[in-house]
Amino acid sequence: MMTFAPLLLVLLPVVAALVSFALPERLSAWRNAANIGVAFVKLLVVAYLLLQAQAGVVFEWRYEFLPGYDFVLRLDPLALLFVTLSVFLWLLTTIYAIAYFDRGPNLPRFFGFFNLCVLAATGVAMSGTAITFFLFYELLTLATWPLVAHRGDDKSLRAGQIYLTYTLAGSVAFLAGILWLQSLVGAIEFSAPANLGAIPPLTLTLIFILCIGGLGVKAAIIPFHGWLPEAMAAPAPVSALLHAVAVVKAGAFGIVRVIYDVYGIGTVAELGLGVPLAAIASATILYGSVQALMQSDLKKRLAYSTVSQVSYIVLGASLIGPFAVIGGLVHLVHQGIMKITLFMCAGALANRMGITAIAELDGAGRLMPVTMAAFSVGALGMIGMPPVAGFISKWYLGIGALQSDAAWAVAVLAGSSLLNAAYFLPLLYRAWLLPPPPGRPAIAELATTRDRMLILPAVVTAVVSLGAGIFASLSFSPLGWATLVGLGYLR
Amino acid sequence: MAVPLGFMLAALLAGRAARWLILPAAPAMAGLALWLALVPADAAYLVGHWDLPLGILLRPDGVARLMVAATALVIGAVGLHALADPPEKAGNAAQAETFWPLIYLLWAGANAGFLTTDLFNLYVTLEMVSLAAVALAAMGSLEAALRYFMIALVGSLAYLLGVALLVGRYNTVDVTLLSQVAQPDLATMLALGLMTAGLLIKAALFPMHGWLPPAHAAAPAPASALLSAIAVKLGFVILLRLWFEAFPAVSGQTALHVLGGPGALAVIYGSVQAMRQQRLKALVAYSTVAQVGYLFLAFPLVAGAPDPSGAWAGMMLHAVAHMLAKAAMFLAAGLMLKAAAGDRIGDLGGLAQSMPMTVTAFGLAAVSLMGLPPSGGFTGKFLLLNAAIAQGAFLYAGVMILGGLLAAVYFFRALSACFAAGPAPRAPATLGVRTAAPLVLAGLAIVMGFGGSALHNLSAIAAPWAAPGAAAP
Repeated sequence: MMTFAPLLLVLLPVVAALVSFALPERLSAWRNAANIGVAFVKLLVVAYLLLQAQAGVVFEWRYEFLPGYDFVLRLDPLALLFVTLSVFLWLLTTIYAIAYFDRGPNLPRFFGFFNLCVLAATGVAMSGTAITFFLFYELLTLATWPLVAHRGDDKSLRAGQIYLTYTLAGSVAFLAGILWLQSLVGAIEFSAPANLGAIPPLTLTLIFILCIGGLGVKAAIIPFHGWLPEAMAAPAPVSALLHAVAVVKAGAFGIVRVIYDVYGIGTVAELGLGVPLAAIASATILYGSVQALMQSDLKKRLAYSTVSQVSYIVLGASLIGPFAVIGGLVHLVHQGIMKITLFMCAGALANRMGITAIAELDGAGRLMPVTMAAFSVGALGMIGMPPVAGFISKWYLGIGALQSDAAWAVAVLAGSSLLNAAYFLPLLYRAWLLPPPPGRPAIAELATTRDRMLILPAVVTAVVSLGAGIFASLSFSPLGWATLVGLGYLR
Repeated sequence: MAVPLGFMLAALLAGRAARWLILPAAPAMAGLALWLALVPADAAYLVGHWDLPLGILLRPDGVARLMVAATALVIGAVGLHALADPPEKAGNAAQAETFWPLIYLLWAGANAGFLTTDLFNLYVTLEMVSLAAVALAAMGSLEAALRYFMIALVGSLAYLLGVALLVGRYNTVDVTLLSQVAQPDLATMLALGLMTAGLLIKAALFPMHGWLPPAHAAAPAPASALLSAIAVKLGFVILLRLWFEAFPAVSGQTALHVLGGPGALAVIYGSVQAMRQQRLKALVAYSTVAQVGYLFLAFPLVAGAPDPSGAWAGMMLHAVAHMLAKAAMFLAAGLMLKAAAGDRIGDLGGLAQSMPMTVTAFGLAAVSLMGLPPSGGFTGKFLLLNAAIAQGAFLYAGVMILGGLLAAVYFFRALSACFAAGPAPRAPATLGVRTAAPLVLAGLAIVMGFGGSALHNLSAIAAPWAAPGAAAP
């Protein structure tokens, strides 16, 4: 299984997807078992890979997809960082989704595409060439569409349509960029940046814009963020996955790949492309936060918060300094675990008490204390309060900005943190300090219908986001790993 | 080639029992196609043991192998589908019987056309396929079929006239012999022009596509599948033989834009028309107009590339992927329309719930037709785009990209409609051959996306620059 390990990670979800598609609804217990089982096996495989990677082994699996173009799955440290995140969160989201839907309609379809979606996310992480990356990136688009449109009502279908319009246009730009670059330097391997010296700077800049612009659609950079708030029509487990692991992260991850593995830091700095990208990322950070402040719907507020937070990753990657890179990479993980906590809690609130608007949160902390405790950890982390993980990201990003002589970026970070506090703290205030409005179910009543599996995943991620902050100095923490990746690029 | 003819005669004789003949025919033909794919590249068969130029030469080159294999898959699957779900109008059993001899005629004509390199034989096969195609179209709408028949007749006449001119000029009609003697003089140009015009009509390249959408949209689903997948491809393959094998000296790079330009326009026009359609089958039919455009858009790309094998393989992969995916799509659309409340796209609501397998088949076929990975359609388009960008043909590249986006718009409109809540379906979804056939075809179109390298090599043998002397037996 040694060299096949990356392939195994791709094939396991296919098995789960086929099982989910094929089993009729009355065998849903088997479907659930298969989904959780496969997710668990994947986690074991990843644990094994992590151990091997500590010893310096890099797994690679390749075959010739077209003459001159290889299909490559390669587990370098950056890939492992993202794979570990997605596999871990997938297991939790699967448990959550099973509890969330219970016995809703069209679940075979849902879990089938859910698996394909995670397959694509891990594939994006492990891709070793530009063309492999594109294959999985598009598969991700296709697999998420039925999830976004899952409910089949007008709102969901419209959301699905908007989602496709944005992402397909982005993919096309990205594909054009890849093809153009390939026509100049041949097949693009991530493991060995091509020699771009002979290409005119203008051409390189245009290709960079095509690639980053295309990827920026999924990463929801302004002005390409419009689809993300609309996609909130999707069910909560989908939103959780979309925001934490799959879609927006794939875009951000792709941007990191383009900057560090396709162009290389030196070339990006030479072309002077880092600063404009950092500026766009900063604008997105502030814009997303301001928009989030103005939303009255809980999930929409969280959505705009994602727009803002994902750009931290882009900001870190584009500032090009040791601490900034590490900060950006570690935020890829931290934002994932914190945001998924928030979305799973929001879903639980909607599912148990019908809460969707922020004004309805009054007293929720007394009625669902565990859920709201997890939510609070996530929210405080987003603001950047120590000791939650979000603090580590912002700290590193801030130092990195200073190292790169970009003091303005520190101002952006500070401003954004203030805005984060402004849109998260009122939620916590309402939930914990205001009395519940009349008409809410009593605590005793809620206790009878409690489904532990709906809350447990959020508690786990909340604990992990605390742990990632407190134990950040350990070598196997997200920060430790991100440092390893970041230093690899700067060497 | 002879085997389907035999089956046709048997089918004529067998009458009502004819439908069961598909059971031995499908595996037999698939086996033959496989055997053909494995025989050495330079093998050639002289039918009747006469030497050239009198004899009939059958040559299994890369084009022929791919097309014959794809034809066997498509007709086999469509046949099995039709066996489970006979294409007849209410109470018109006689019509169903005519379906079976016709598909064997189409099969024989198409295979012979793909295998032969003799321009007169090609005329005969063209007529066989046209005849079968017109009759198949007539099962849906007599009016559309008549229109098709008249136009096809004009096309045949133009082609025949061109062949006659060539006979008068060079005294041979064999592609390989012609390539050795052809001169770019007036008679040759005229002949090439006439033949090309005739073939473009058959291949339904914009602006000569007018007959296609009504004929393909009106015919019963299995018939539409065959028409879109196979009938238009023969014209395309003969044009390949003419432009790249018989007259490479005559057909310069500039002349090829005569095909590439309309091809590009066809992509745009067909896509825009498809977006405007309200009826599902009309949408799928206009998508064929657009997809045929890609095939011709590829002509100048092949000629202009420094290493043409990539663009060539892209073109062939695209052709095969379209055959599989479009046949799957028509079959799936047929099943969906039977279960839906009406034939408009808005009537498809609820189908994703009630017939998930069929909607999946439609979706997979759409993925390949849109050129999204992983699929044969993507691999083909990727190679073509690569070639276009490498040679600086940004206009063609732009058209391909735009065409893919437009295809996404119209196919997702249909898929979206399936996901909408809708009334309970009229017919309960059943598992079985009729559901499996489109699923298998669409699945193959997707799987093609993973076997790009092998297919690339298979098709590359056909390239005239790779095996110029293959014809001499």
